[in-house]
Amino acid sequence: MEKLFLRGSEALALGAIDASVKFYAGYPITPQNDIPEFLSRELPKVGGKFVQAESEVAAINMLLGASACGLRVMTSSSSPGISLMQEGISYLSGSELPAVIVNVMRWGPGLGGIGASQGDYHQATKGGGHGDYFVPVFAPYSAQEMYDLIIRAFDVADKYRTPTMLLVDVMISLMKEKVIRRFEKRSEVKIKSWAFGKVKEGEQKIIKSLYLKGNDLERHNWKLYEKYKVMCEKEVIYESYLCDDAEIVLIGFGMVARIGKSAIDIARERNVKAGLFRPISLVPFPEKELEAISKKCKKFLVVEMNTGQMVHDIQRVLGKDIDISFYGKPSSYAPTPEELFYKIKEQI
Amino acid sequence: MKVVYKKPEVLKNVNFHFCPGCQHGLVHKIIAEAIDNFKIKDKTIAVIGVGCGVFLYDYFDVDSLEAPHGRGLAVATGVKRARPERIVFTYQGDGDLASIGLAETVHAANRGENVSVFFVNNTVYGMTGGQMAPTTLLGQITTTSPYGREFQRDGYPIRMSEMLATLEGVAFSARVALCTPKQLMEAKKAVKKAFQMQLEGLGFSFVEILSACPTNWNMQPLEAIKRVEEEMIPFFPLGIYKERRVSDVL
Ligand SMILES: Cc1ncc(C[n+]2csc(CCOP(=O)(O)OP(=O)(O)O)c2C)c(N)n1
Ligand code: SF4
Repeated sequence: MEKLFLRGSEALALGAIDASVKFYAGYPITPQNDIPEFLSRELPKVGGKFVQAESEVAAINMLLGASACGLRVMTSSSSPGISLMQEGISYLSGSELPAVIVNVMRWGPGLGGIGASQGDYHQATKGGGHGDYFVPVFAPYSAQEMYDLIIRAFDVADKYRTPTMLLVDVMISLMKEKVIRRFEKRSEVKIKSWAFGKVKEGEQKIIKSLYLKGNDLERHNWKLYEKYKVMCEKEVIYESYLCDDAEIVLIGFGMVARIGKSAIDIARERNVKAGLFRPISLVPFPEKELEAISKKCKKFLVVEMNTGQMVHDIQRVLGKDIDISFYGKPSSYAPTPEELFYKIKEQI
Repeated sequence: MKVVYKKPEVLKNVNFHFCPGCQHGLVHKIIAEAIDNFKIKDKTIAVIGVGCGVFLYDYFDVDSLEAPHGRGLAVATGVKRARPERIVFTYQGDGDLASIGLAETVHAANRGENVSVFFVNNTVYGMTGGQMAPTTLLGQITTTSPYGREFQRDGYPIRMSEMLATLEGVAFSARVALCTPKQLMEAKKAVKKAFQMQLEGLGFSFVEILSACPTNWNMQPLEAIKRVEEEMIPFFPLGIYKERRVSDVL
């Protein structure tokens, strides 16, 4: 297994290549341009297609077309561009087409700013598009996870015939770290019998999201929901760090969790019993796992780089009896480990 | 007995849902005949826009993909890049192609995507009940231009065939109508030409079909046909605006 020293964005793009991505369409936006730059160079070498689209609206719809032909497809963008893709994500869900969407978050609302942000948690996890659907969302916290999770995102997308999303912090994307290339010799993706092949095979294939007859739409929506229930059983991933004896557990995703881990180490050095819980799959959310921790630990500190979004999910899961405090940083300045350590200390 | 007429093979044995006198059905038939002509039924993928033509997959026995409203040519780009060996056409109305999807249309044309586009211009948004379209004629009354389209407020009707013909990526651009036998012959030729261009790999081929929508024009079918002749054709002249030859790209 090759050991590499890569930026998070490169690790992600390399992971996509190792996952046999064969189609990318996207539109330039800071801070994710290194992903399309990498793929425009590397995709043609492995027989893949790269298209610079005229907009994010076009990009996501190009994915819809290529995905219907059975290719592994992806796009990447940053917050404003992801807003433009929401209609397409809804159509991908409705049409049951796999696709991977990467959001390297920046500030909103509006043009906002290009600094580090976690302002898109709600948009990503609650479905920014119209209709009744769920998009699995993963939040990497290292270059290695950029590599691992994009591959998982492709696998989950194919398994459930759904779009999936990587919700990425810009710092994770820019940081250079060791990456083990675990899946270099990955076998080819399975043939998708529902997709358009090289010619029409037998019955006509129709890929659509319009259901007008009788109860068809109701059945279709329940079917999408059933897939989500299975994901809740099978696709939850999380990390729990020193939570067993913890008196307080810090909860954060992505970059915040990475910084949080250092804060926990500081705390432990000073005999403060603190732990870290980090959801890696934001959809499906690790509800049971978090609940299990709350059987022993009664204090939680949720940290996010926004004014409080994931904290609502934590409150929903843990209920009113648990002491949940929130520390938000809706600015480009990430909290330092020391800062989080002091926040932990304040709570106990 | 000699067979003098038969239903195109690619069409299924079902009735169209279109209103009486609607020309969508005729457009379907012409496209179907061209598919039969080139024997490309099993190679064809239809990308269908949102409008009165949205049920095309119910009539055509070809692999079909529904695009979000206006996004047909972005979707077709993805399909054709993924499956260059297949024949891809889009079927779009004037709201779909010339309004909400204009950027996708122009850029797919400009990239010279090797797909064929059938653009049904009926000067209204048919499916949503007859609102003003970018192609609505000046003075025309629609449900959202109750006093008639006025250029100071609503701008001018857009001429897609002429506009796209200016783009280097476009191999073929033509406007046809279906009011007389002669026009029908020209329309059939143009639709065939569009597929032929794609089969030869020459680039983007575009056929605009002027089409009657008696329902939303509040007209009898024959009156509607007369309107196409007397009001639409003078503003939207028929003809071939661009035709690339194999030798042009060699
Ligand atoms: C994003 C979005 N906006 C609006 C609509 C509603 N809508 C459905 S069809 C249509 C216009 C249809 O008109 P046209 O494209 O001219 O086709 P026609 O029905 O006349 O054949 C509109 C506005 C939609 N489906 N999606
Ligand atoms: S509303 Fe107009 S375009 Fe639609 S089916 Fe009826 S006549 Fe045809």
